Amino acid sequence: MKKFLFSFLCVLSGLLFGALILKLSGISPIEAYTVMWNGAISKPSYIAYIIIRSTPLILTGLSVAFAFRTGLFNIGSEGQFIMGALSAAFFGYFFNFNPWIQIPLVLMLAVFISSLYGGLAGFMKALFGVHEVISTIMLNWIALYFSNYMVLHDGFHKANTETSEFINPSTSITILENWKSSDAGLEWLGQHPLISDFLRPSINAGIFLAILAVIIIWLLLKKTTFGFKLKAVGLSPEAARYAGINVNKKMTQSMMIAGGLSGLAGATHVMGVSKNVAILAAHEGYGFDGIAVSLIGSNAPFGSMIAGFFLGALKYSGQKIQSALEAPSEVISIMIGAIIFFIAIPVIFERPINKILKLWEKK
Amino acid sequence: MFALELKNISKTFGSFKANDGISLSVKCGEVHAILGENGAGKSTLMKIIFGLYQPDIGGEIFLKGQKVTISNPRFAIKNGIGMVHQHFMLVRPFSILQNIILGVEPRKWFGIVDYKAARKQVNELSKTYNFNIEPDRIVETISVGMQQKVEIIKTLYRNAELIILDEPTASLTPQEVLDFYRIVENLKRLGKTIIIITHKLHEIKEIADRCTIIRKGQFIETVDVSSTSEEELAAKMVGRIVDLKVSKSNANPGEIIFSVKDLCVLNDKLFLKVNHFNLDLRRGEILGLAGIDGNGQRELVEALSGLRKIKSGSIKLNNREISNLTPRQIYESKLAMIPEDRQRRGLVLDFQVKDNFVLQRIEKSPFSHYGFIITREIEKFADTMMERFDIRPRNIELNARNLSGGNQQKIILAREIANNPDVLIAFQPTRGLDVGAIEYIHQELIKLRDQGKAILLISYELDEVINLSDRIAVIIDGAVSANLSEETLATHKNIKEHIGLFMAGGKA
Repeated sequence: MKKFLFSFLCVLSGLLFGALILKLSGISPIEAYTVMWNGAISKPSYIAYIIIRSTPLILTGLSVAFAFRTGLFNIGSEGQFIMGALSAAFFGYFFNFNPWIQIPLVLMLAVFISSLYGGLAGFMKALFGVHEVISTIMLNWIALYFSNYMVLHDGFHKANTETSEFINPSTSITILENWKSSDAGLEWLGQHPLISDFLRPSINAGIFLAILAVIIIWLLLKKTTFGFKLKAVGLSPEAARYAGINVNKKMTQSMMIAGGLSGLAGATHVMGVSKNVAILAAHEGYGFDGIAVSLIGSNAPFGSMIAGFFLGALKYSGQKIQSALEAPSEVISIMIGAIIFFIAIPVIFERPINKILKLWEKK
Repeated sequence: MFALELKNISKTFGSFKANDGISLSVKCGEVHAILGENGAGKSTLMKIIFGLYQPDIGGEIFLKGQKVTISNPRFAIKNGIGMVHQHFMLVRPFSILQNIILGVEPRKWFGIVDYKAARKQVNELSKTYNFNIEPDRIVETISVGMQQKVEIIKTLYRNAELIILDEPTASLTPQEVLDFYRIVENLKRLGKTIIIITHKLHEIKEIADRCTIIRKGQFIETVDVSSTSEEELAAKMVGRIVDLKVSKSNANPGEIIFSVKDLCVLNDKLFLKVNHFNLDLRRGEILGLAGIDGNGQRELVEALSGLRKIKSGSIKLNNREISNLTPRQIYESKLAMIPEDRQRRGLVLDFQVKDNFVLQRIEKSPFSHYGFIITREIEKFADTMMERFDIRPRNIELNARNLSGGNQQKIILAREIANNPDVLIAFQPTRGLDVGAIEYIHQELIKLRDQGKAILLISYELDEVINLSDRIAVIIDGAVSANLSEETLATHKNIKEHIGLFMAGGKA
């Protein structure tokens, strides 16, 4: 309750700060927020877009939050995302089984490879004491350039493009992808404009996987001895070691799971939305946004889910103020920055929160 | 004349009254002890005097008869109040001289620090009060006792007339404590007024003139130390009669159950800290290991508990070699441990009390099943333990952080005993606890002994070792330098000095 209130106040303050910035650049904040609000919910397709946007954010947020519970700061979500995306594109192109086999197989391979990649940072920390922040930052770049190298490799590279070959249709997790463009589908959708609008973006099964992951991680942390030990390691490695918990092993395992979650984000993105991977000049930021999601969600699984949806909505609807009001959409980045800033200084909200909680109790 | 008078000082935090109408007067030139258990409100009161806290409305403070409002530490320092905190406030990579003058540096032109003048003044102070400091030594490299001297000179350099010392002997060796007593006498002789916060009774008898007792935030009494006994002081502090001497029957030792032979252990910097250490422990006895901090006790305990690899030698429990096993394996071979640092190693402070009870056993039935936690069983177990060991407040959902030191230690003790160990290693089991809690822990340890457990007590407090042990070994430079049998302990007249001599390096 307290944590939720805290995040809520931080978000509110961030929005107010964004309003101030808008005002200073001569744009009416009320108008801007109205545009954003309408741009987020006034059409089914907008909501679909937000869901698509949110899916990877929820997963990378969950990844960062999970590692954090074991006392590890997973900056490497970005690289793990790339490894997951690359693996999904690779196996999705070279394998072609029946979808019932193909989809789980490719997903599992992507998660497996990215979890090894995440585990590598944990392993290096356990064995050589390399700080995970340093190693994961470097692993991010290694992943980026490895992906670029693979994309350009003969047999995988799509000629005359900057991208890899498309994955086989059997790998796609986009919902009703073929039916949407079939005659029967077009006819049916013609009669149901709302659903038609909702299905127009490549809405995909990734969101179900993300929510499932949230529930599993929540269960893991809350109900299992494994989660109990991970949390003990996170809160006090010394005491955990004294109590006979193998701290090094737990750290490696934790980073593996975190890596797998980020990899799942990358895989669902490829299998549901992009269908291939492209040459990247710089990081796309799904992993880095995951850090913000985790912080806003107070490092909790369901918190990450809510924060993921929120950030996804903010990012999607934020684009719209640019065309509608000629307002800089960078305001959104400033707002997210401000929210994180407020989260980093919990002291300022202590008093109001205690007051609100007291009022609550009186009721 | 009174150097300091407090009238009706209260301090409330939320709904908690840390100080409740305390009045006390400190005479000029006296050593005034403030006695109270942990959490009695001593530190809060001192922070009020030093301007770190403001008292509630209605309280008055008089300095040399003048009514004052001490709004911040700067005001306190300007008016001749100096404070030495329990945890020293020193910049460790700086020299002694730099630490002393920090913030009030004498300056030459362009703000250049005038080290020459500073050094002269510090040397004079050192000479007047007999401190024997070397101003250019780096603070990191000097002993804890010396650091304390630096802190005291710091207050003198700022012209303090009234010096507050918070738990001044908590981290000193017995020799340094004696040194400290001499310093206090010197300060008193030269007209300084001193307030000492403590819960050590013999210390008060040793150096204080008068003593004010505080209990649960309330003023109890100010007494003349010379006309009171330690027993009386203890009773007033705790609010009931306490046994300062542990009463115990003679030991009834059984077979050797735990034996360490020729053990060598390196520390992190690869120094040999445990050097051919030998020890035999029998069922039904408490073996005390006396020694000054830093003689290899920490490395020994880490080796015994599996946290540190040994270099050579053997550790046998029930005739089974347990050296270099993992902490888990050692725990499962029935060796329990009360660690030195309960907050860092003994407990996960931000875990609930109930979870701390099952840290080592979460995987065992009935606390979990196929990897899933059975909360109900953990709660049942925790409730039983809370009842059996009288742990307060009786709330298993509270984070361990929010319990007092004594109750935290009880959690650890309860947890370790619950596994029905054969051997219990108690490393500084009463560090920082108040008299009531110490009494409790001691009694429990003796109860365990009487049940036939073997107990190794490792403590820097010689009094504790002498009080509790059936046999005593002295450790110096990582090896046992003396073994004292039960007869020696019972018959020797001056046992404390006798052992103190071994601790300081004398040979048997």
